[in-house]
Amino acid sequence: MALDLSLPVVRDDSHAPGKTSKWLALAPMAFLSLTVAIPLVIIAVYSFLARPEMGAGVVWKFDPTHYVKIFIQDRLDGTRSFDTRYLKVIWNSFFYSGITTIATLVLSIPVALWIATRDPRKRVLLVFLVTLPFWTSILIRTYAITQLLDEKGVLGKIATTLGITSHFQILYTPTATVIGLIYTFLPFMILPIYASAERFDFRFAEAGYDLGARKMQVLFKIVLPQIAPGIMAGVALVFIPGLGSFLQPDMLGGGKTNMIANVVANNYGQARNWPFGSALSVLLCLIVLVATLLLSASARKRKASRI
Amino acid sequence: MKFFTSKVGVAIAIAATVSLGLSACSSNSATSSSSSSTAFPTAKGGELNLYNWTNYIDPAQLKAFTAETGIKVNLDTFDSNETLLAKLQAGATGYDVIVPSDYMVAQMVTLGLLEKVDVAGFPNGKNIDPNFLNVYWDKGRQYTAPYMYGTTGIGVNMKDPIASKITSWKDFFAAAKGTSVDVLKDQTEVVSAALRATGVAAADLCTTDKSKYAAAQKLLDTFKPKVINSDGGIERMVKESSMVRMAWNGSVHRMTVDNKNIKYVFPSEGMNFWADNLAIAKGAKNLDNAKIFINWMMDPKQGAVATNFTGYANAILGSGPFMDAAIKADPAINTSPENAKLATPTPNCPTAARDLYTEVFTSWTSSQ
Amino acid sequence: MSVLGLPKRKKLVNLRNFPFFTSISYFVLFVLYAPLVLVIFYSFNRNRTAQIWTGFSTRWYTDVFTNTDVVRSLKNSLIVGSAATVLSTALAIAAALGLLRMGRKGSAFAIGLLGAPLIIPEIVSAVGTLGFFLFVKIPLGHIALILAHTAFCVPFAMLPIRARLVSLERSSFEAAADLGANEWKIFTRITLPLLAPGIMAGALLAFAISLDDFITSFFIAGPGSTTLPVYIFGMIRSNVTPAINALSTLLLLVSALTLVASYTLATKNQDRK
Repeated sequence: MALDLSLPVVRDDSHAPGKTSKWLALAPMAFLSLTVAIPLVIIAVYSFLARPEMGAGVVWKFDPTHYVKIFIQDRLDGTRSFDTRYLKVIWNSFFYSGITTIATLVLSIPVALWIATRDPRKRVLLVFLVTLPFWTSILIRTYAITQLLDEKGVLGKIATTLGITSHFQILYTPTATVIGLIYTFLPFMILPIYASAERFDFRFAEAGYDLGARKMQVLFKIVLPQIAPGIMAGVALVFIPGLGSFLQPDMLGGGKTNMIANVVANNYGQARNWPFGSALSVLLCLIVLVATLLLSASARKRKASRI
Repeated sequence: MKFFTSKVGVAIAIAATVSLGLSACSSNSATSSSSSSTAFPTAKGGELNLYNWTNYIDPAQLKAFTAETGIKVNLDTFDSNETLLAKLQAGATGYDVIVPSDYMVAQMVTLGLLEKVDVAGFPNGKNIDPNFLNVYWDKGRQYTAPYMYGTTGIGVNMKDPIASKITSWKDFFAAAKGTSVDVLKDQTEVVSAALRATGVAAADLCTTDKSKYAAAQKLLDTFKPKVINSDGGIERMVKESSMVRMAWNGSVHRMTVDNKNIKYVFPSEGMNFWADNLAIAKGAKNLDNAKIFINWMMDPKQGAVATNFTGYANAILGSGPFMDAAIKADPAINTSPENAKLATPTPNCPTAARDLYTEVFTSWTSSQ
Repeated sequence: MSVLGLPKRKKLVNLRNFPFFTSISYFVLFVLYAPLVLVIFYSFNRNRTAQIWTGFSTRWYTDVFTNTDVVRSLKNSLIVGSAATVLSTALAIAAALGLLRMGRKGSAFAIGLLGAPLIIPEIVSAVGTLGFFLFVKIPLGHIALILAHTAFCVPFAMLPIRARLVSLERSSFEAAADLGANEWKIFTRITLPLLAPGIMAGALLAFAISLDDFITSFFIAGPGSTTLPVYIFGMIRSNVTPAINALSTLLLLVSALTLVASYTLATKNQDRK
């Protein structure tokens, strides 16, 4: 798993004294099976059930049409057609998350490397500064962006006084959503890359310079490949949760549902179509699972190829 | 209340299958719940869980209630009838008093989600405006007390050249192309407005003719508002981030307090008239406190306090003298007969039609 | 780290600086904090409309402290947060200890299950949990919230604990066993105290995560158990005043203090090792 970066390698201590029984892990696993695994099973089951006459909940009747409804639409003029609405939503999720990943990557590599090459005492402070927003509520940070991008806010006033535009309308557009996503996920990208960058032995870079390489060559040919594990981890930590974002499109996008999580939330709320929302959830989970497996497979391949 | 001597009030009363023997609505002792045979409960402190629309009750009024009765009120909020229903059906037991609109009360009664407590039989039940006594969603007020009522129209900022020329829903939908327009996140309001704009008569708003919905959908495909939100509209209009908003008349009244450029428009194709209600959720833990609260809200003074805060009319007799002059003078609230003619009750459609509403609405929101 | 020796020192310092990295870094730090600074700044605005400054005032802070709904949702957040922290940390300790004793296959599965909340999109686990509670007829409210929060806090609590555990010297345990201590004594007298820094870090992390949670709380909160983030969300939706800024500033302060506490604990215990 791409998350292996944070979980250390296990020594086989199964027979060492003082570490008590392996059955200790049973309690937490049972608990999480109930509260995490079983809800997923319930969602999967609900996605095949029927929707009741009025409102929320499910009726215990088999109904496989929800998955079909994601892709095929019975139009009001009586025709059946390929439904682009939800595909667009899925595409938006990939697209926005993708842009966020690239943007945060481009910004984070310099920051991580810069911090890693500072004086050790300064480094502690800098890492603290980067970590603090990570610990702050995502709601507050998204609210901060709504205030920043507001038409009558600071940026808006600057833009209109400088004459750049007459009507500073970024809020409630997809641009605002992406800005919000980038802002939220920056620490998620910086920290893993920094973890790798800190372990980077600069003697490799020095060797490169000694052999006559220029700075950019050293950067791309020596430094980046060495911190690749951190980059992969960062990409995983941004792209995959990004796919499932809810708050940013909701608060910054103007109440228009344009990512998967918003459509799911709507179906479990106002639209009261739990089976359909469940079908979309299953789809989202499959997408996330595939993305995770792909990323961790490429990470493993990279590890293997370096031996 | 000029509004209610108009045809609309009569229309509503008639819309219910009325047997006029309902002057007996004040106490139907044979069928009412135990509360009419025993004395009305007295306040003994405790708590009350109130689930209301956002920004729809005066916090000072709740504090006054606590001061008078010793009952602490916990307020949670929702933004639409569908959200309210969704939350209740998802297992949120523990709400005592909820505030559904007319058609939602009808649905909830069918679903068995409300306590039958014979509100008309409460001590203050005699204050209920007779025009609101035998409404189609609660004949004889067995389940609910009337709260605020109003219409859904269009708020416009007269400073904006496009906004100031709006006189119909057709104009409203077209305005999004030229200026910033906000709209309610409410499928009944949005879809019925689109239906009206494409020529569907008020009586036909629950049609199952798909071609009419197809036309409405076509219109909505061209409509791209700035914000789709049932909350927070007042602020956006006041600071002029938006120039046009599909809004409730009381909301617009509150906007005009802070921004004199805003006006309420009665669209020429017609608009929805709605009436909100105080109801008790089935299985409410604080049943007595809920009854006490509802009874207290039916006092003429409290009706006026609610009106003065929310900006909407109330259905409590005798509250007139306590209401703000500004509200009584506002044509959005104290409507002229010609404008009142335009308002018809919010469509309460059977499942088939409602599914079509959902289809059009979800299509439209997904395509934004 | 210097292999090249003193005379080359100046060259070394230059080597570590790539072009534009310094300016980009300062820019990013600025971008990270500017919106938050703005929020704090406008929390002192006298005007009702946050963005239009009319003068300095602390009225919104008084507003926040006297608003019973805010106080109630804060109380709910603290209750749920504390309970979830205690439960999830306990489970995390058990999990970390149990994992050490497991073979490769078992631990891979266990780690997958225990780490699942980190991968599954929160919207899915929130609605799934909603469906689950409805199915087993657990009413939405404090208990449901605590259970749901504990579930996603376990992996977060586990990370520092496991990291700490794995780094402990095997010899301490063997020495204690040689001296005749039984498993339970080893656990209470040696394992737990040595794990303490990891446990504290895990608990702090779990608490912060629970306090800040939005999506799950939004779906699972019942009447009277609204948590602070859900309440703030409602405020943002309906009535945007600097009260939200004031509340946000206070929360930022709490987050900062929690992080500082976590840092001091970490550095303090690094020496003790």
